[in-house]
Amino acid sequence: MTVEDVKDVLGARVICGEEHLKREAHTACGADMMSDVLAFVKDQCVLLTGLCNTQVIRTAQMMDVVCIVFVRGKKPDQAMIDLANECEIPLLCTGHRMFSACGMLYESGLRGGASY
Amino acid sequence: MTGKIHLNYVIPGDDFTRAGEASGEVKKKLKQMGVSPEAVRKVAISMYEGEINMVIHANGGTIDVDISTTDITIVLKDNGPGIKDVALAMQAGYSTAPDKVRALGFGAGMGLPNMKKYSDNLIIDTKLGYGTTVTIVVKIG
Ligand SMILES: Nc1ncnc2c1ncn2[C@@H]1O[C@H](COP(=O)(O)OP(=O)(O)OP(=O)(O)O)[C@@H](O)[C@H]1O
Ligand SMILES: [Mg+2]
Repeated sequence: MTVEDVKDVLGARVICGEEHLKREAHTACGADMMSDVLAFVKDQCVLLTGLCNTQVIRTAQMMDVVCIVFVRGKKPDQAMIDLANECEIPLLCTGHRMFSACGMLYESGLRGGASY
Repeated sequence: MTGKIHLNYVIPGDDFTRAGEASGEVKKKLKQMGVSPEAVRKVAISMYEGEINMVIHANGGTIDVDISTTDITIVLKDNGPGIKDVALAMQAGYSTAPDKVRALGFGAGMGLPNMKKYSDNLIIDTKLGYGTTVTIVVKIG
């Protein structure tokens, strides 16, 4: 599934990183704790989160996350967008809640990917 | 790659939004140098965890990074409260982080175990009331 597919499935808005929509995502992870993301995320992962601060972008940078989806209509501020552009990480925004957003992506074939 | 590279960062303790800048820069630098993605990932994750710990538990500090042809050594030094029981702190899930840190997305007690997992050597030197020095070594290649 590409970032563009993720966008379509969730009816999400692209906030930045339009030029990276053809990137492939292999897994997804839904988390509000960045600690957990750092401990469990596998490669080429979509990160879904309701947390909205610069450390979400930093965490995604360290983990080479494919794209970040902010759920529940959370909107990143300009500092986060600037950092995401610098790190070349597309940011998406959806009104769906975490459970629904994860469910929709799962139904479309994206999986969590075990980390052991 | 020839010779040694040394990088030094001062990490402010009062600016959570800037935590991770140093780790981001080191990650970029290693990538540019052509270090293997595996080693870059190990450094990025373990250094970032250490940098965050320094900000949320110890009011900032300094980070020294040495890159040689065989390994990358990261020394994170702070003058924070120190760690009372290192063995306990190393356990997954153990955290003294207050709720306000948890609201920022940290404080699951995963950082130190994660640093152990992603480094080839992790040394914690700490003294209650004086501070903590964490040394991370990641082998290249
Ligand atoms: N530099 C430090 N100075 C003082 N105490 C520390 C330091 N680093 C870690 N600790 C102590 O060790 C505990 C465990 O650290 P660890 O990084 O594993 O978890 P955390 O930082 O609490 O949460 P997480 O890393 O999941 O966000 C901390 O809660 C804190 O009590
Ligand atoms: Mg930590």
